[in-house]
Amino acid sequence: MTSTLTPEQRGAAPVPPAPQGNPVARAARYLRSQLSQTGLFLALIVIVLFFQITTAGVTLQPDNVSNLINQNSYILILAVGMVMVIIAGHIDLSVGSVVAFIGAVAGVMITRWGLPWPLAIVLCLVLGAIVGAWQGFWVAYFGIPAFIVTLAGMLLFRGLAQVVLGGTQISPFPDGFRAIGSGFLPAFGTTGYEPLTMILGTLASLAIIGTQLRQRRVRKKYDLEDEPLVWFLVKLVFTVALVMLVTVLLASYNGTPIVLLILGALVVIYTLVMGRTVFGRHIYAIGGNLAAAQLSGVKTKRTTFLLFVNMGVIAALGGLVFTAQLNLASPVNGNGFELDAISAVFIGGAAVTGGIGTVPGAIIGGLIIGILNNGMSILNVGIDVQQVIKGLVLLAAVAFDIYNKRRSGGR
Amino acid sequence: MADTILEMRGITKTFPGVKALQDVTLQVERGTVHAICGENGAGKSTLMKVLSGVYPAGTFDGDILLEGSPVEFRSINDSEAAGVVIIHQELALSPYLSIAENIYLGNEQARGGIIDWNRTNLEAGKLLRRVGLKDNPITKIVDIGVGKQQLVEIAKALSKEVKLLILDEPTAALNDDDSAHLLDLISQLREEGITSIIISHKLNEIEAIADKVTIIRDGRTIETLDLKAGEVSEERIIKGMVGRDLESRYPDHESHIGEELLRIEDWNVFHPVDRSRQIVFDANLVVRAGEIVGIAGLMGAGRTELAMSVFGHSYGSNISGHVYKRGREIKVNTVAQAVDNGIAYATEDRKRYGLNLIDDIKRNISGSALGKLATWGVVNGNKETTVANEYRKSMNIKAPTVAAITGKLSGGNQQKVVLSKWMYADPDVLILDEPTRGIDVGAKYEIYTIINRLADQGKGVIVISSELPELLGICDRIYTLSEGHITADVPRSEATPEHLMQYMTTYRETTEA
Repeated sequence: MTSTLTPEQRGAAPVPPAPQGNPVARAARYLRSQLSQTGLFLALIVIVLFFQITTAGVTLQPDNVSNLINQNSYILILAVGMVMVIIAGHIDLSVGSVVAFIGAVAGVMITRWGLPWPLAIVLCLVLGAIVGAWQGFWVAYFGIPAFIVTLAGMLLFRGLAQVVLGGTQISPFPDGFRAIGSGFLPAFGTTGYEPLTMILGTLASLAIIGTQLRQRRVRKKYDLEDEPLVWFLVKLVFTVALVMLVTVLLASYNGTPIVLLILGALVVIYTLVMGRTVFGRHIYAIGGNLAAAQLSGVKTKRTTFLLFVNMGVIAALGGLVFTAQLNLASPVNGNGFELDAISAVFIGGAAVTGGIGTVPGAIIGGLIIGILNNGMSILNVGIDVQQVIKGLVLLAAVAFDIYNKRRSGGR
Repeated sequence: MADTILEMRGITKTFPGVKALQDVTLQVERGTVHAICGENGAGKSTLMKVLSGVYPAGTFDGDILLEGSPVEFRSINDSEAAGVVIIHQELALSPYLSIAENIYLGNEQARGGIIDWNRTNLEAGKLLRRVGLKDNPITKIVDIGVGKQQLVEIAKALSKEVKLLILDEPTAALNDDDSAHLLDLISQLREEGITSIIISHKLNEIEAIADKVTIIRDGRTIETLDLKAGEVSEERIIKGMVGRDLESRYPDHESHIGEELLRIEDWNVFHPVDRSRQIVFDANLVVRAGEIVGIAGLMGAGRTELAMSVFGHSYGSNISGHVYKRGREIKVNTVAQAVDNGIAYATEDRKRYGLNLIDDIKRNISGSALGKLATWGVVNGNKETTVANEYRKSMNIKAPTVAAITGKLSGGNQQKVVLSKWMYADPDVLILDEPTRGIDVGAKYEIYTIINRLADQGKGVIVISSELPELLGICDRIYTLSEGHITADVPRSEATPEHLMQYMTTYRETTEA
């Protein structure tokens, strides 16, 4: 028996009528009940505004926004894979080392073997899958905790990166390859706002409006809607405004970063994977209650195995993007990336115990870290103090989440 | 004039949007066993949490008077210091610590921070003998059964010089033997002057042991009946709980039994860790279409182990034997294989093995048959909601929407979600392990109706239950299981509780002899 008595628990008891009030008051009440999600969104906005003011407008300068996207892309890419692993109740400490390993292999393939770079990319992604399969095998079929397997992987792949590079570094890379990390879509027009970026941004906004309206209509139809219209509109207008703001800023600089397209595609695909596919749903089921998932006929081992294969591919992608951006394959690449990715996921509202988390949440978490890094660098805050602040933000985010659950759950 | 040990007056406790308790009054006399009855969600546990300081003073309205003087408990520590000890439904023992360590957990027998192990174990031993346990106090909790664990909890309470002992569903997880022992112990404690408040769904137990019963419904005190004074029947208590007369506790059902669906032959199962220990011996079992078959056995007889080993080898090792479905041999080596072959198993421990408690109703219902809702691996969310809504209606799951989180539902509604999940998977044979455990009387009736409906659809249903009246009430045929052996196969017409109990204990007697 649970301690709190929700109306449905009381069964035959008369359910008190839904509280009435004006739409704004209702929206405020809803916001309080959804504090963890809205809080994340609000925190991002507050942090952006804070730096926009303290850096005297530098934060939202077109070139800085462009840099911000490029420089955080690989953490965000890793966070997409990491949030899935964490939802399943596992962790992956090896992604930073895999970034270095894949970068090293890409460097050898492209510069030493002279393979065409698109082929090298495909081979590296396949290698990422093999790396993931290796770790997934030990976790899923051998039953070693992911913490241990990937801690071993962290050492293993860092070492292999050094072996592959033979104690050297590889640079430079061909322009085509570098473009996936730091290139832009071809620009049209010479002055003012670059039209292709404006078109893409507008299309993205329309897509967001379209899907949101459709989802709301469907939820209404099935009587699942509890979000007040006011809040729905505020959120929608705000999201679209944010997308258009970024669009305008990018359009007035170099145009659309290629890595933004990669990232956008990943977010859309994996949001759908986690929300709409059997695979994604089984990941939530495993993280929420492994034994129950098993006894429901979910092939838990296979799902866990595939989850790590997927993480390996995403880590390889992160490695390629990072190597391309740095224009350098080095054994120390990606040092500590796993911790940034894990922080992003937890700031983004995932539960340490598994079963809870979202891809967009992890992205917002990653953006919060990225903007903190960027803003503090502009303000000339020392690396030492930056570390302290990032540590406190992570702690505060999770503390806030737990406080919130305790307050609303009462269990 | 009666000596009142506890008086709760005008207790009102409000959660956001819900009045869980409204002006509840409770008076308990010293040296009595006082039962509290009510349907799930009526407010019994909330009331006990108010009493024991889980909800600190100030978070509710009303007064608590202990031995005549008002008290304000801010935490469990406060209430325990005053001699009020609560034993929760879910036992709070640390599995890898010894019995003695658990008894003195948080109350260590130490001098200057150094634990006196001799005294700890000696005193623990005395307490164990008081509750009728002969085990060595250094035995680990994992190594004793759940019945003994319950007694350890009581020993722990006794170590704190308890005046008022609160037991929340103490026999919910116990078999009849252990339950009887526990009830004896409570009576014995009454002789020693310890007052007990017992929350239970099992009315026969209340009748047997309690002096008075207070009935709570919808967060209000309905009445307090004096069981010793006059004729108070179970039906009378049920009437108070549900607010109406319950014609019968088991729905009428005419069974139409067809062809053989499932046959298990020479089924042997060994313990998963201790591979030399045999748990199930040469079991043979048949279920026909439209038939409801019961499995009766005491705790530890191997009922759940038998069922789970058949359900995709999810229990045990060195499993041997044959499973036939409609006369054709099938493999059940994994849960997925068992499900594909039309076998479903609804667990006795729905919170641990049945539900994803942090997810919503619809996703739990679709959990074992997600493939039916998906094309190319993509789940049709609208169809899922439609399906879930159908089950919410047909199963009468009380929740505002199918997006409600299952962890917040009552036990009965959770059980309906588990059943919905397996009904949607559309198996031919359903194994229901303790389908009505921890569920109130009204919801039990609904579950029985559902079981009948499943049989009417031509499915074979196996019901495992600790409650003999339940098996006698709904089953067409009952197998008895004793120490891993199937000892009898009794048609309902010939079955009586005494008869079944004899078969449930035969092997035990012969092996001990």
